[in-house]
Amino acid sequence: MKSFKCDWLILPLLGALIVILGWHVLAGKKVVTKDAEGNVASEERKGAIPALPNVVETWESSKPYIVEPFAKRGELDQGILRFTWLSLVLVAKGYLIALVIGTPLGFMIGLSKFFTKMTDPIIQVLRPVSPLAWLPLGMVLFLDAGRNASELAALFTIAVCSMWPTVLNTAVGVRAIPQDYLNVAKVLKLSRFKTLTKVMIPATLPYMFTGFRLSLGIAWLVIVAAEMLTGRPGVGGFLWQQYNALIYEQIILCILTIGIVGFILDRLMSVVERRFKTA
Amino acid sequence: MSDYVELSNLTKTYPTPKGPAVIVKDFNLRIKKGEFVTLIGHSGCGKSTVLSMLAGLNEITDGGIILAGKELAGPGPDRGIVFQSPCLLPWMTAFENVMLGVEQVFFTASKEERRQIVEYYLTVVGLGDAMHKKPAELSQGMRQRVGIARAFALKPKMLLLDEPFGMLDSLTRYELQQVLIELWRKNKITALMVTHDVDEALFLSDRVICMTDGPEAEVGDILEVNFPRPRERKAVMEHPDYYKFREHLIEFLEIHAHKKHAKPAAPTAVPPGPPPSPVSPSKLSTLDSDQIGKPLKSETAPV
Ligand SMILES: Nc1ncnc2c1ncn2[C@@H]1O[C@H](COP(=O)(O)OP(=O)(O)OP(=O)(O)O)[C@@H](O)[C@H]1O
Ligand SMILES: [Mg+2]
Repeated sequence: MKSFKCDWLILPLLGALIVILGWHVLAGKKVVTKDAEGNVASEERKGAIPALPNVVETWESSKPYIVEPFAKRGELDQGILRFTWLSLVLVAKGYLIALVIGTPLGFMIGLSKFFTKMTDPIIQVLRPVSPLAWLPLGMVLFLDAGRNASELAALFTIAVCSMWPTVLNTAVGVRAIPQDYLNVAKVLKLSRFKTLTKVMIPATLPYMFTGFRLSLGIAWLVIVAAEMLTGRPGVGGFLWQQYNALIYEQIILCILTIGIVGFILDRLMSVVERRFKTA
Repeated sequence: MSDYVELSNLTKTYPTPKGPAVIVKDFNLRIKKGEFVTLIGHSGCGKSTVLSMLAGLNEITDGGIILAGKELAGPGPDRGIVFQSPCLLPWMTAFENVMLGVEQVFFTASKEERRQIVEYYLTVVGLGDAMHKKPAELSQGMRQRVGIARAFALKPKMLLLDEPFGMLDSLTRYELQQVLIELWRKNKITALMVTHDVDEALFLSDRVICMTDGPEAEVGDILEVNFPRPRERKAVMEHPDYYKFREHLIEFLEIHAHKKHAKPAAPTAVPPGPPPSPVSPSKLSTLDSDQIGKPLKSETAPV
């Protein structure tokens, strides 16, 4: 198809419109039947998926959370951006732990065949484990931490789940350092420390940042699971609470928020990543 | 003058699935201090292998190398290296690339002194205006200039050059040959260079070493190039011996090309030719090898 002016804007909007329309058509609607005197006789939801709130209902019910995004009415009744902020803080902490552990680990794996062979099976086994499985373990691990137990368990889960892309990409990056660069270090007899800081780390940075970006994506993915199971305030916790309270409209609000935030985070990281790729 | 660099019975064997492959065997070469020696030979004969053993980047299978009275062990900044691609670190500017080595070698010098060294050499190679650019912003020729500056800035005992101008257009190549020879003359650094360019070899070197074809490559022929120095390209090319030398080198390469082509053919299919006749001493006065044969047939020269 030929590209036309503004297609970068119009086409995505068109796609979104189709999805929203589809959702609206499938969603249920409240149907009120009245008797002869005009009193409500029965009230029921009709439609292809009766329980699914439609666009209008979702908007009406989510409005207070969006219009006052920073309001705090209660522990699990806060403006959507306030929830998002709480989630972001938690994710940031867990993510940082993942990077601090994952990067050196990746370096060691990349540098030593011995270490690769030793850790490879463990990583391959641990990597596909779902956050839902890690969280209970985290709870057990931090059983004695008292009030902080749920936060520590959540951080543990985020770190353990999001670490692997950083570890694996860093390792690949270290193995891919061109021999030429290492030869420069050898010929100049650079110390180990200088070889690491002046040659190996800069040469690995583009790979490391690919890992960082993927890790951030996973960390954000895990947040919902972590908050759901621990009941912490945040987008995920809110989502789970509203589901249990049978308020389905806000589930959609939360999903949209999580998606948009994840998208923004990924974009930001890829900007950083590209900077290091060209450097 | 006494020998400064001594390669004795240098041998390199690579293990391959089909058993060990002897690439270079009993390679003997002595280089005097301040001499410029060029190594030529066919592609794949093992020139880079010899050079990388000298650089300490490739393990020596057998034999040894003595540099300035000491047996070589591993790589070090006492040998300046310029390879075909200059191997600059892309995240550092030209200045930082040179500085990385200068910091290592002149660690007792003050910061200011080191800066001056780096700036001096970068200016000499013609990068005065571009020294704070990253390699990606430099042309191929400019990058190679940085490589040359880096090699000389370390004040090495010896210079190792592996086809340093191989990837450049001929104009840039001429320019850089000039830069190189000037620096070499001023610094009196012993140099060993690999090249495919016969004219380059004749212009730059005191001696041209022809390597025989691998496997088991060794020194085949040594040509003394006694053009007066400092040299000028025009004067060199007009020197009465120039074409004689040139012919000789090309001839050497050609013979080995024929040998190489004849190798895969079944030996019985080709009738044994006459043994190679020795080159008459009158034809090549400065020749100090008597093992040179003429081309068997006067085919079109692959030059
Ligand atoms: N790691 C290795 N294992 C096995 N054989 C190798 C290895 N490295 C190089 N060789 C072989 O050694 C031979 C000599 O290689 P070398 O690079 O020294 O040749 P060269 O003379 O520099 O060639 P060119 O002029 O093309 O640069 C080649 O035939 C090559 O196949
Ligand atoms: Mg080579």
